[in-house]
Amino acid sequence: MTKDNIVNQQRVRLQPDDGLGPTSDIGSRLRALYGAVQEEGVPDQLLDLLEKLDNAERTQTKQSSQGGE
Amino acid sequence: MATETPSFKREMLSTLPSLRAFAVSLTGKHDKADDLVQDTVMKAWAKQSSFEMGTNIKAWLFTILRNEFYSQMRKRGREVQDSDGAFTERLSVHPSQYGAMDLEDFKKALAELPDDQREAIILIGASGFSYEEAAEICDCAVGTMKSRVSRARSRLQEMLKVSGESDYGPDALSTQVTTTNHSF
Repeated sequence: MTKDNIVNQQRVRLQPDDGLGPTSDIGSRLRALYGAVQEEGVPDQLLDLLEKLDNAERTQTKQSSQGGE
Repeated sequence: MATETPSFKREMLSTLPSLRAFAVSLTGKHDKADDLVQDTVMKAWAKQSSFEMGTNIKAWLFTILRNEFYSQMRKRGREVQDSDGAFTERLSVHPSQYGAMDLEDFKKALAELPDDQREAIILIGASGFSYEEAAEICDCAVGTMKSRVSRARSRLQEMLKVSGESDYGPDALSTQVTTTNHSF
């Protein structure tokens, strides 16, 4: 298992052979644009939605486990 | 079963910022991107029984979002394409070694790529997927993904070189780029 991890890490490290790695201009510009959006954070409406979906599911699970009356 | 739900939600939460950035790159607009992410969250929630915890939730969510985007595009008949395709709106000035102007040029170059090449270079170069994962997300062969990324990279390099050299007198291509810049 440890062996696999090492192999995996090497695979990841070797991959930026594609010209998009840490030293590439295009790669770092891409990540700057992408990162700017990522850092804006997740809008409240999305967090609320996830919360509602989760709550709805909990209520449903509770009701069905109580015998569905 | 009861323990699965909270961690599904948590895993989803941790993927949302990256998923949203990918959505912005596809739609070019923040409001459309947020609608798309919202539709994706609902779809994913409904399909969560088909997801195996411990497998790659990020790739799974990106696949759902991308399918949702293209199916909505087909339904709307591709209507108004925005003046630029990718990251069109407000580039928040980001602390980096690049000036805002430099990134503006890059953004425009990115927007001129064909859709399949743009999403390929974003998934590999920014979202952090392997070629195998990106190929699965886009439902294409790994070799196809590699060639899309490679074509996107050469095209971007070419366009950036041209815009960098435009001080020395415009040629046909840089004139074309300049014209496009004024269209939004």
